[in-house]
Amino acid sequence: MSQSTEHPAYLQHHFSDAEQQRESVKLGMWIFLVTEILLFGGLFCAYSIYRAWNPDIFFNAHRFMNIELGTTNTCVLIISSLTIALAIRAIQLGKKNQTLVYLGSTFVLAGVFLVIKYFEYAHKFHEGMLPGKFYTFKGIAGTNPHVFFSMYFLMTGLHGIHVTVGMILIGWLMYRTKKGHFSSEYYTPVEMTGLYWHLVDIIWIFLFPLFYLVG
Amino acid sequence: MNSLPATSYLNTPRGIKSWLLTLDHKRIAILYLFSIMTMFLVGGIFAMLIRIELLSPHKVIMTAETYNKVFTLHGAIMIFMFIIPSIPAIMGNFVLPLMIGAKDVAFPRLNLASWYIYIIGTAIALYSIIHGAVDTGWTFYTPYSTTTSTAVIPMTFGVFVIGFSSIFTGLNFIVTIHKLRAPGMTWFKMPLMVWALYATAIIQVLATPVLGITLVLLIVERVAGIGIFDPAMGGDPVLYQHFFWFYSHPAVYIMILPGMGIISELVSVFSQKKIFGYRMIAYSSLGIAFLSFLVWGHHMFVSGQSQLSSMIFSFLTFFVGIPSGIKMFNWISTMYKGSISLKTPMLYTLSFLFLFAIGGFTGIFLGTLPVDVHLHDTYFVVAHFHYVMMGGTVMAFLGGLHYWWPKMWGRMYSEFWGRISAALIFIGFNITFFTQFILGSQGMPRRYYSYLPQYQPYHAFSSFGSWIIGLGFIIMAVYLIHAIFKGKPAGDNPWGALTFEWTLPSPPPTENFAEVPAVEHGPYDFDKIVPKRTFVES
Amino acid sequence: MSREVSHTTHIMPVSLYLKIGGLLLILTGLTVFASFLQFGPYNLVIAMVIAATKASLVALFFMHLKYDNKLYMILFVSSLLFLATFIILTMFDTLTRGDINPETAMPYKPEAVIYTQPADSTAAAADSMHTTPDSSRTDQEPTE
Repeated sequence: MSQSTEHPAYLQHHFSDAEQQRESVKLGMWIFLVTEILLFGGLFCAYSIYRAWNPDIFFNAHRFMNIELGTTNTCVLIISSLTIALAIRAIQLGKKNQTLVYLGSTFVLAGVFLVIKYFEYAHKFHEGMLPGKFYTFKGIAGTNPHVFFSMYFLMTGLHGIHVTVGMILIGWLMYRTKKGHFSSEYYTPVEMTGLYWHLVDIIWIFLFPLFYLVG
Repeated sequence: MNSLPATSYLNTPRGIKSWLLTLDHKRIAILYLFSIMTMFLVGGIFAMLIRIELLSPHKVIMTAETYNKVFTLHGAIMIFMFIIPSIPAIMGNFVLPLMIGAKDVAFPRLNLASWYIYIIGTAIALYSIIHGAVDTGWTFYTPYSTTTSTAVIPMTFGVFVIGFSSIFTGLNFIVTIHKLRAPGMTWFKMPLMVWALYATAIIQVLATPVLGITLVLLIVERVAGIGIFDPAMGGDPVLYQHFFWFYSHPAVYIMILPGMGIISELVSVFSQKKIFGYRMIAYSSLGIAFLSFLVWGHHMFVSGQSQLSSMIFSFLTFFVGIPSGIKMFNWISTMYKGSISLKTPMLYTLSFLFLFAIGGFTGIFLGTLPVDVHLHDTYFVVAHFHYVMMGGTVMAFLGGLHYWWPKMWGRMYSEFWGRISAALIFIGFNITFFTQFILGSQGMPRRYYSYLPQYQPYHAFSSFGSWIIGLGFIIMAVYLIHAIFKGKPAGDNPWGALTFEWTLPSPPPTENFAEVPAVEHGPYDFDKIVPKRTFVES
Repeated sequence: MSREVSHTTHIMPVSLYLKIGGLLLILTGLTVFASFLQFGPYNLVIAMVIAATKASLVALFFMHLKYDNKLYMILFVSSLLFLATFIILTMFDTLTRGDINPETAMPYKPEAVIYTQPADSTAAAADSMHTTPDSSRTDQEPTE
């Protein structure tokens, strides 16, 4: 079967057609998401073990988490997942400006998430609720309260790094959308960034109850 | 008389920039070949230094502190910078797209990036050598690794970076195998090398991220004292071992599975006989990949793991030997009534079958919980893993190297010197490492600088074996490099094989196939087709 | 392996996206509300069930798994199963350590050094970068 006569600019030469390229990139992206799940998974494993060993600490320490800010952040990320899904839909329909609006909203919401996280971190630094050997806060009953905060900073820190990377990717997508690189025929980078962003949202969906809602 | 093609991937395009910015999987394989073999040389030199030091229980050439650093570097370099990338990055990259009739891998730019990531990670890890090196052993166990003043962070960060090279290669191969096979090449018409690379890639993608997070936690622990692995802070050092071995046990299957893929190819071609039990070999590769994730605790029987957990892991460990055993029977059955040709690749195949069997059996001994209590951390373990990693993977690697060398360069090496080298390596290997089974069962601990006088004759004999191995490799380097420039042209199909890469000229053209190849027969249909060999040794 | 070029992209209606988004917000509220009720150990179970439901909605609809090639769903679910295996097998160890020797049930130090030592020796004990291999390790406490 010979190469198709029309050869769009985005089709790389080792693929025989655009569909093969699209499916390959999507498969590759899902495999990458699998590696991210296993990466965070290690931390979830450590969390499970330390919480099983120190249930009272996790209960007592979570009282000092700000549930309002946590809930707000959860809603912010959920809405940002919605906006990026709508951005993909918009470019599937070839609507460049609508895509830009939705991508921009996602970007702003991601920024809001990071700002709220900054305030939370700043408050904890101020109170001395720090990870590991830096912990100095006195108000939590039970032995080894720093364990909770070690896990908190490790997991939300790694998550925050991923949010930041996501923001950079979305910004780059906005630039490329404005330049007209995408169309209803070719929008794979937008779709793939969307998949990444949804995973970032899913991880927070689990982090939220594990740190803020310890029953 | 064969002749070399005028243009091939080697000379078209020209110039160093065209190599360093190449997107051609074959050129990337050659880039990996030179970097990985350089690291093999460095790791090998450290091995020779270890064996020289162990000639006597007293100081021979280095202090005890230096000795700790040397064995750590030998292990870390050989594992992360040589053996894990070796077969997938060199042979997988070269041969996988050819075997499935594709133009390249799915993501050529990611492929090139993987090589650069390997180089950068290796540079960072080697930087640690200049800054005092590392003396923790390649396993970096806490709490020593979090408190020692040696350069743990550059080494572990370098390994962390190299891990991404492994992940991206695995990702690339999975997508390539799923999506880029030629029409007509169904899953069960693929060469078994491809099945092996697929199973390996699955492990790479699932396990390596856990190593990533483990090393990140180790670095954070050293820098910020978070306390997750520190007993003084309410942390658990055995948790580090769980994390570490969750990757490192599947990692040993990353090392052996591609080797088994090569053996499947070699045993069939050099017996000119259809592989016995194709489906079982394919399924057993997947089986090994799956089971490899369930047995990591057998490295921790005496670390403070709970007794129930140790029993469970010991029980599961017995299962993981079964798929490997299946393959061994299938390979030997392939040879039965075959037309066996004892060329150099086949000599390495036979070495593999013998040595990996010993290595595998001794693995079962070690997986037996009460036996391991006696043998853990002795030279028995050292001998076991050298039998499987060197007697297994390295023999398969060398077999593959000699098999595909004429395809890569278009020229054949000297069969005479190939056989000499194979014999030296086989004999030297057994002298070096069989002795260590005896040493270990008599109680000699591993990683020890000094030892009781009763062990000295064994250590001396073992070290003597290492010089024979070294000689074998030096001879190999000479004739292989000589072949690149002066070897006799090999033609398309010097071995009479039936997989797609042997339908192309040697060396192949940059674009691989001018037209998408048609799948007319299976990869091992020696019962239906008599292939034409293009090279006859004079 | 099909090579048809014609491929109708499945485009979800906006209303479906909005409904799923709304459902996710409602479930968020539900999980917050449930955390104030006292179900003992089941609080964790309920929270995880709700979180899993939310994650499934994101995966099936926002990430399109419901409408795509089944291979992606298999990949995603398999990775979760491997993760579960990792956590469960590790916890087989950590939860059963005390079965034969009760003092191994918990990590070594019930109360970490940073609470029992004054600030300057804490810095020495926890300053792990500068311990030399041969000197006595300052972060090791005698067993109580």
